[in-house]
Amino acid sequence: MDLFQIKKAPTVYDAIVVGSGAGGGMAAYMLTKAGAKVLLLEAGGYFDPADPKYMTQLKWPYESPRRGASTTRAGGDFDAAWGGWEIEGEPYSSKPGGDFFWFRSRMLGGRTNHWGRISMRFGPDDFRRKTLSGIGDDWPITYDDMKPFYDRVDKLIGVFGSVENIHNEPDGHFLPPPKPRLHELMLKKAATGIGIPVIPSRLSILTQPINKERGQCFYCRQCNRGCSAYADFSSSSVLCIPAVKTGNLTLQNNAMVREVLTDAKTGLATGVSYVDTISMQEMSVYAKTVILGASTCESARLLLNSKSARFPNGLANSSGVVGKYLNDSTGASRSGFVPALMDRKRYNEDGVGGMHVFTPWWLDNSKLDFPRGYHIEYGGGMGMPGYGFGGGIEALNGKIPGRDGKMKPAGGYGAGLKDDMRRFYGAYVSMSGRGEPIPLESNYCEIDPNTVDKYGIPTLRFHYKWSDNEIKQAKHMQDTFEQIIEAMGGMPTGNKPGKEQNYGLAAPGRIIHEVGTVRMGNDPGKSALNKFQQAHDVKNLFVVDAAPFVTQGDKNVTWTILAASMRTSEYLIDQVKKKNI
Amino acid sequence: MKRRDTLKAISVASFGMAVGPVEAAVPEPPEPKPAVKLLPGRQKFEAERDAKLLASEKFFTPAELQTVTVLSDIIIPADAKSGSASQAGVPAFIDFMMRDQPRSQTPMRGGLRWLDRKCVSRYGNPFAKCTKEQQIDMVEQIAYPGKQVPSDMTQGVAFFTMMRNFVLGGFYTSKMGIDDLGYVGNTPNKWDGVPEDVLKQYGLSYDEPKK
Repeated sequence: MDLFQIKKAPTVYDAIVVGSGAGGGMAAYMLTKAGAKVLLLEAGGYFDPADPKYMTQLKWPYESPRRGASTTRAGGDFDAAWGGWEIEGEPYSSKPGGDFFWFRSRMLGGRTNHWGRISMRFGPDDFRRKTLSGIGDDWPITYDDMKPFYDRVDKLIGVFGSVENIHNEPDGHFLPPPKPRLHELMLKKAATGIGIPVIPSRLSILTQPINKERGQCFYCRQCNRGCSAYADFSSSSVLCIPAVKTGNLTLQNNAMVREVLTDAKTGLATGVSYVDTISMQEMSVYAKTVILGASTCESARLLLNSKSARFPNGLANSSGVVGKYLNDSTGASRSGFVPALMDRKRYNEDGVGGMHVFTPWWLDNSKLDFPRGYHIEYGGGMGMPGYGFGGGIEALNGKIPGRDGKMKPAGGYGAGLKDDMRRFYGAYVSMSGRGEPIPLESNYCEIDPNTVDKYGIPTLRFHYKWSDNEIKQAKHMQDTFEQIIEAMGGMPTGNKPGKEQNYGLAAPGRIIHEVGTVRMGNDPGKSALNKFQQAHDVKNLFVVDAAPFVTQGDKNVTWTILAASMRTSEYLIDQVKKKNI
Repeated sequence: MKRRDTLKAISVASFGMAVGPVEAAVPEPPEPKPAVKLLPGRQKFEAERDAKLLASEKFFTPAELQTVTVLSDIIIPADAKSGSASQAGVPAFIDFMMRDQPRSQTPMRGGLRWLDRKCVSRYGNPFAKCTKEQQIDMVEQIAYPGKQVPSDMTQGVAFFTMMRNFVLGGFYTSKMGIDDLGYVGNTPNKWDGVPEDVLKQYGLSYDEPKK
């Protein structure tokens, strides 16, 4: 076999979809359901959370020799994400002082296999921040354009929540939310008492069955391991595998796409070339339409690497905007110890995989020194111990009186330490802010002129710096966290991060909510895609991940990826029917 | 001569003593359990790496393992409710972690060496060969990170803190430790909220306050 002899597939598909996460999975699902012949290319291996050979759900920590430590995968041994911020043979770089950390999952379903299932719609204001605040940019579409698709995603995939009638937190078609856990009731009481709302969370987990293909949540709190009952949303179980069952989908795993192929005369996309990561065989495959859902940065990389005489700056990049406006959520966290929860009665409070309550953004930015909001996610309770359990006890047990009411020195050993562990178990809470950044042209990814990955594909180089807006937002988060912990009679643990640490603001990429590198807009001079996520320059090329998003709100973007990909897919079907593509 | 035998020879020789009668006071560490079955869902490189690590030579020398075992059981001793750290397999877990995350090897091996040197100078024997009283006397010098200690003890405090964290993490992720804590989840169930008696205990309720 000559690896450098590019094999050309004889079939011309109706569409090639690159990437099997939320965006690619939805496109493959919609198009195959409509009868189109689709080739789905996934860079990683096959994954089905119901197949015992992949299942880590309901395993115990001692079934991992490292007790779940994150030695080889960032989320730990039980986490479903294959990949992480570092992947052997797939490097990336950053310009000095502009570090970005790029998380990739190489598997069917991509990052949807381990995500937090937080499924919030953008609100009406989230699409028009420039109009409202004068800073940033508006989307080329509004909430009204997206609402019908959010509604359909709710019903197709399932999400629990509560009707709250909050203007910028639109309600959906909700399954019943799980009741709050004990610490969540305490958090709610304390936060509400100081004017911070706490409402049921909105997660794509089936608290009731919605169809025959998927089961109901059995409350193990392990959504990040993938659900064998298909009771949460993963693109693998909910979109890709059903798309395969239509008979219209050809799924090609281990296909690392190199570039989008175009016709030199027409400038239209004709297919893609990829390398088979197992055999290292080079392949070219062809279709009438190419749809990228490879992830925000990977789709930008693909376009930038698809250079030709006709498209010297890369494909869909006559505006030069591809790679720019990269933005990740802001993130900061704090934990607290709640003495009232010591010596708790034991019972199973695993619940669903994530928090049962959260705090939506509740303040008016015109009265604050930063321009965008954040929501707060809560953690705590009597969870299953994992690697590192009890670590750092010396920072706490010297501050808590013993059973005899006397203080004792921090750290220690023996019977007293063992008793501390029993008393303190389940008495912690944690909170994490996730906020909206201002997308900046100066935060970007580009092709590194000097580096290739193990397949010989030029890699990305990043440049990302937080502005004062995000840093001030993180400061506000830290102050709020402390107020909530104190309002519930708790003690904040660890040191409050100060100015020198950017108030604990996570480094760009660490929250894994990056969007914006192939932005959509009405002006082809300032955007790569039109309002249907169709390339201005190449009418049979679409992007369906989060790369097209102008902003990200303080809403985790998966639900918007799904709704937007559904909308783009229907637009494509309509355009094909009208013979425009 | 294998590397670990060399180390053993050096350690015995450098302390200038043969194996003495005190050794009998220290229980032999349990035989390491047979290799754990690999977790499902491993990527190819993970499966290969785990299989290799699980079959690889132990990190600790027999003497080091003995010291780790004694320290583990000082940190988590058996009591009426549950067994000790070594009974839960903690020393073998720490040994695996040394091979899995080699960055811990120098602080661990060096810390054990520090401890033995300190014990030889204070009590005339390395830690594992000291009497129980001497061992506790030594541990008391390094077990409390909040306390002022003489400047020749600070590294020992850091070492003991690391060891405490490893032992707690190992014990409470074992079946014995999980049972001790009383964690009763990780099983299919139907969550229907906090039990009534617990709600009552904390003065909480699921009823919305009247607006």
